[in-house]
Amino acid sequence: MRHLLSTRDLSRDEAIALLDVAEDMAAVQEREVKKLPTLRGRTVVNLFFEDSTRTRISFEAAAKRLSADVINFSAKGSSVSKGESLKDTAQTLQAMGADGVVIRHPSSGAPFTLATSGWIDAGVVNAGDGTHEHPTQALLDAFTMRRRLHGDASRGRDLDGVRVVVVGDILHSRVARSNVWLLETLGADVTLVAPPTLVPVDVSGWPATIEYDLDRALADGPDVVMMLRIQAERMHGAFFPNSREYARTWGLDDHRFAQLPETTMVMHPGPMNRGLEIAARAADSTQSTVREQVANGVSVRMAALYLLLSGERGEAR
Amino acid sequence: MRTVLQQADLERALTRIAHEILEANRGADDLVLLGIPTRGVALAERLARIVSRIAGVDVPAGALDVTMYRDDLGRNPIRATHPTEVPGDGIDGRVVVLVDDVLYSGRTIRAALDALADLGRARAVRLAVLVDRGHREFPIRADYVGKNLPSSTRERINVRLAEVDGEDAVTIEGGDE
Repeated sequence: MRHLLSTRDLSRDEAIALLDVAEDMAAVQEREVKKLPTLRGRTVVNLFFEDSTRTRISFEAAAKRLSADVINFSAKGSSVSKGESLKDTAQTLQAMGADGVVIRHPSSGAPFTLATSGWIDAGVVNAGDGTHEHPTQALLDAFTMRRRLHGDASRGRDLDGVRVVVVGDILHSRVARSNVWLLETLGADVTLVAPPTLVPVDVSGWPATIEYDLDRALADGPDVVMMLRIQAERMHGAFFPNSREYARTWGLDDHRFAQLPETTMVMHPGPMNRGLEIAARAADSTQSTVREQVANGVSVRMAALYLLLSGERGEAR
Repeated sequence: MRTVLQQADLERALTRIAHEILEANRGADDLVLLGIPTRGVALAERLARIVSRIAGVDVPAGALDVTMYRDDLGRNPIRATHPTEVPGDGIDGRVVVLVDDVLYSGRTIRAALDALADLGRARAVRLAVLVDRGHREFPIRADYVGKNLPSSTRERINVRLAEVDGEDAVTIEGGDE
């Protein structure tokens, strides 16, 4: 693997191989010495053009546990706010000798441009680009599902037949897009639930069922319910009347949560808006995987960095 | 291709190593056998069964993946990792016998010693290998050897085990050209 830009072009074997490496990384997280010498002498740059705490510290922890040197670069207060182009920023990183670049950018496709433009030799990991993809989030979600379902026997398995309902702002969600493609590759059945205003214009090419009624989608007890965050920073249009109506119609409230089978996992990529898309009872229940998702995020990102940066460079993909 | 060890030879070698381990350790106290994936794990399990049978007490076996500790990761295509399984309550104060199929440059064992140090502090570390083919690049030697097999670097030594490959055999090929 040369870069990790999207889950759409990951094959089933590649995805399972990455999840299997993440299993071994997770085992390291349970030891007293949590550090591995694998990426000693390598430099990973966290290039964040958009605010993010969770994803950045997760990548930072992952890189540090593999003994890489980590440089954090956030757009605020940097040369970018003085008008520097992505190309010049990239060439600066190249001159500093970055081996891996983890990039988050408000524009869809920025990681692809960085990876394919020839500006840098480093391996590029997409940590969220615009409304396009957030591949490591989908991989950690799949990893979490697989672990809950199969436990220690997870290695080598896919998510064949697992029924996943993704609820919320599909229109702006890169998490939803990455999950749709990855879950399809791994054999799961995906249903997307959203207000009609928050469904992309043309989803005919997506391997998912679209549903507008949450209660109908939850009626036959799915294996996983994934609630997406209502991103207030993107709610500039009148996508729904007000937040109380959203919570009542598309939120996982106490009543809807009580109707779910006890085996249904409740997932949320965080940070949560408690009381809006998810009720506190659901978020804090044993069915909730929110904290596991955070812990697994480090393992999955370690696996991604290992696969990108440890072997011979130049294997194109 | 030439067969160097057949199934019966392999079993005799393992039985002898098991006796040697018990002799050097004066019994089975504190012994833990850790195999290096892939075939070392199967060998460690077999050795542990034989040692347990001879000593009459249960000697645990496990697996130690050294992939993340290798010094040649940047020179080769990406390697898949394997699970590390340390039996019971760890390796602190135990006598760890590392088990691998072929001892060659010694780089795998160097990586294994680093990996082991991150898991705890063993009282002693020993090394058992099925085949020692020479060409060491580190000051490392095995304590227990199934067969010394002086070889040319052009030759390939294949260890085949029933658990992994469906049959027990050690073969040597190439080297003529």
